[in-house]
This record gives sequence, C-alpha cells and structure tokens, in this order.
Amino acid sequence: MWSSTVIEMIQKGILESLYMTLLSTLFAYVIGLPWGVALVVFNQGGLKPKNGIYRVLDVLANIMRSIPFLIMLILLIPVTVFIVGTSIGTTATVVPLTVAAAPMIARMVESSVQEVDQGVIEAAQSMGASNWQIIIHVLLVEARVSLISGATICVGTILGYSAMAGIVGGGGLGDIAIRYGYYRYQKDIMIVTVVLLVLLVQVFQLVGNITAMKMDKRRR
Amino acid sequence: MSSIVSVSDVTKVFKTKDGDFEALKGINLEVEEGDIYGIIGMSGAGKSTLVRCFNFLERPTSGRVIVEGKDLAELTEKELREQRSRIGMIFQNFNLLMQKNVLDNVCFPLTTRGVKKSEAKKRAKELLDMVGLSDKEKSYPTMLSGGQKQRVAIARALATNPRILLCDEATSALDPQTTASILALLKKINQELGITIIVITHQMNVVREICNRVGIIEEGELVENGTVEQVFTHPKSRAARKLIIGGRNELDSEWSTGVISELHEEKKIRIVFSENSSYEPVISNMIMTIGCPVNILRADTKSVNGKAKGEMILGLPQEKDAQNSIIEYLKDHNLDVEEVTGDVE
Repeated sequence: MWSSTVIEMIQKGILESLYMTLLSTLFAYVIGLPWGVALVVFNQGGLKPKNGIYRVLDVLANIMRSIPFLIMLILLIPVTVFIVGTSIGTTATVVPLTVAAAPMIARMVESSVQEVDQGVIEAAQSMGASNWQIIIHVLLVEARVSLISGATICVGTILGYSAMAGIVGGGGLGDIAIRYGYYRYQKDIMIVTVVLLVLLVQVFQLVGNITAMKMDKRRR
Repeated sequence: MSSIVSVSDVTKVFKTKDGDFEALKGINLEVEEGDIYGIIGMSGAGKSTLVRCFNFLERPTSGRVIVEGKDLAELTEKELREQRSRIGMIFQNFNLLMQKNVLDNVCFPLTTRGVKKSEAKKRAKELLDMVGLSDKEKSYPTMLSGGQKQRVAIARALATNPRILLCDEATSALDPQTTASILALLKKINQELGITIIVITHQMNVVREICNRVGIIEEGELVENGTVEQVFTHPKSRAARKLIIGGRNELDSEWSTGVISELHEEKKIRIVFSENSSYEPVISNMIMTIGCPVNILRADTKSVNGKAKGEMILGLPQEKDAQNSIIEYLKDHNLDVEEVTGDVE
C-alpha cells in the first residue's frame, strides 16, 4: 500500500499544493493590495475621497466574494483556457484561485490600512508629503504587522481553496484526498493528505506570526 | 515687524447629519514674525480647526489665509506641499511613525522632500542633539516617554527649516514638569532660531509661560486678542474671564486655591498688582484708612511673561458707600480694579 509510487505521488502533491498556493497568493496580492489601498484612499475621509470609484471597487469586491469558489472554478474555465491554454492541471488552477483570492485580500488590506492612526497621516500631510508618499511610506509601513497577519490568514484560505481544485483535476494534496479517499475509499491515504494539509497551514501560520512579531517595532 | 500669518474673515462649516456646523465664524488675526502667539479656548471652541487652516490641513469655507505673503488658496497642490514643509506642526498625541526609529522619524520630512539619505541623517542628528535626545536615535517611539516623544516630534517638525511652528495642544498630554521643559524648549527655538510659534492650548499657564500675544476663541469666534499682559490684566470677554479668573481645572493646579462659594451675593472685585505696587501693603493701608474690613477670597502671584503679577479677589462689605470708597482708594493707588460677577467659580 505504501509503495514508492504512492509516496512519490504524495510528495508531488505537496509540491503542487505549494506551487498553486504561493503563486496564486502572489498574483492575488498584485491585484488585491492596490485594490485594498484604493478602498481606503478613495473612501470618505480618505486621502482622496472619490465616491464613484470607491462604490465600484466596493461593490465589485462584494460580488466576487459572494460567488462560491467551486462555482467560480467552473465559471472561469473559458478565461483559464484563454490565459493558460488549458483548464486542467495545477497551473490552470492558479487563475481561479487568484480571482477568488484577490477580493478577499483587498478586504484584508483595507481593514489593515484603515487601522493606521489618522493623526500620523495628518502629521505626514503637515510635513508636505504627497498622497503617494503617504501610501508608500506611512500607510503600508505603519500597517505592515497587520498586513502580514492578514497575508497569513489568506495563504491558509487559498491552500484550502486549492484543495477544492482537485474536483476539476487540479492536482495537489486535495486532488489526492478526493481521488483516493473519496472515490476509492482508501481512507489511510486521505488521512495522510489531510494531516499534511494541516501541517502546511501550521507552518504558514508559524512563519507568518514570527515575521509579524519580528517586524513589530511597537513592542518593547 | 510684519505679519507672517494673516487670517481674514475665515469661516469653516462642517456638514454633519444634523445639518451644518459652523466651527469658525469669521476669524481675523495677524501673527507677527518672531512672535509666540497663543490661541486659547475651551474644547470645542474651534481652535484646532483654526490652526489647521494655517497650513490648509483644513480648507476654510471662506476667507483668506496668507502665510509668508502667499495666499494658500491660490497655491497648486505642489506649491501647497512646498509651503507646508515651511510650516512645522506638532500634536497632542505626537503622531510619530511607530514602525520607524527616532532617527528615521526625523529624516522622514527630509527624504520625502528629496534630500539624500546621508544628508538627512546628518541634519536629523543635529536636531536630535538640539532637543537633547542624541542618545535615543536608534530607539523606537514605544520606548520613549511622552516628553521624549514630543521632543522627537519637535525635531521632526524643524527638520525642513520651517519659519513657523504650529503647536496643537502640544503639552496637553504631558505632566506639569514635562510641560515646563517642553515649553522651555519651544521658547529656546523661538529665541535662537527666530521661528514664529503659534500655540493652541486650553491651559492658561501655557500662554502665561511663553506667549507674547494671545487670542481667545469661543464658539468659533475670536473674542479677545492682544498682548498676554493686556488680556490677563483686563479680560474683557466672558470666555477670557472664565479662563483667567475662574478657569480652574485639574490640569492647571496653580488655580486650585479655593473660593468660598457662600459669598456669592457679595460684591466682588479683582485687583491685579504689577511689580512695583506689590511692595506697598495696600490692602492693610486701605482697611486702616477706610476702617472697613474686606474678605480676601483668593490671592495669588503668577509670572506673566517673566513679570510677577499679583492677583487678588476681594469680597466687599454690603454698604454701597464703603464699596465705592474702597474701589476709589485702590484706583488712587494705581491698581487695576474690576468687578467680578457671580461666575467666579
């Protein structure tokens, strides 16, 4: 049962899960970080209140976040085929993962950046800093601990989503769990993959917590 | 001397859910170059809104703000930012960047203006030396006391060589001793660097300690404006009297001398002694001359701008004749006498 092929398969599954998770987290942040910052900046009382833009970004985030990931996976097949060339496999899964994670990340970033003390922003303005400088040097720097904590939560959630991708033949640990555990009733393999997923989340959480703590200069 | 800040007919209306709120109702004032100008008022009077109009953190609804000869409303975004870097500002809550160390906090206004990192550091070190914190440059704000944080904020506000320093309740979160040391630092900055300082506060002792001129603001209006000595000796407005005579609160322990409240019905007068008149025993002489006792409700000596000012509140006897002769006697002896109405408390 624990033949070398099974072990190889599980090893490959781990790597595939990591590949999907980290790559889609990266892409999702490329979209979600500016999105989240924009939600704060364009909001009422923000650096540059623009109600129209805020409304669009806000509603878009709500709509995208309310579509269940499984449905998103299927809805996005044409888009995935257009970008990757196929709708099957780990790389193909990165597209729906990114699209699903971006609005979640935007909300995480929004709430982190919102926590930055209004007084500090005002002080930067009084020194003649531009809005861009305030975003880069004040908002993102002052909120970095909260941003890292948010990222840790997001990575965990994206890993969970990536397991669902197994249903459409996406690969990774989730795929193995479904194929062996669910379709073939090989409970032991399923348990092993689940334990591995749990461990991965633990590792991400630990790395995130340590990074956040190391970065926080508010501690004595 | 010429005005460095000139404010004319400035109003500010905030739109709230319950309708418009007029925070400033047509303020006119001039601050002369090199002066230390105090703006005092109760909380909610509009003083913080007013000070934010001086660097356009708050845009007035109408009126003009002219700083260093420039009408702030006519500047472009870029010119306004340039001008803001010539107006330093410090705050009640210090508003330091919590994730940057002391040195980087002071460098911040320089690097955002395009100064090279190495030059910025050099300048920041000089400033930290001036505020007495050169040993703390690698510390983070959380490790500092309130007074030290305000010193860092002062160094940061001075980094760009501003000609004006705005202090928004800069000592309100500090204990009396730290307040005194911060005020001494501000005075030094004013004298040595010639920077015009505008102080917003609700504490009369702050104004007495360092300001030359003072404006009193109440419900969005500037109700009094003049030298600290004038305003302290002859407070005209209700707000000024409240702040000077009855303005006692926990933060200002100097005022905590008691007033006997059951004497409300009596006529009360307030007399202010200047330096020379405090040598003569005026009150005892007066009692002996007129032959009528008075009740000393409060007596106090304060330093106003370095000059000793004695202040006394007397409860006078009921008889009109005696009251008049007492007031006349005191006036003859060159004392400033004024009647205090019921609201001494």
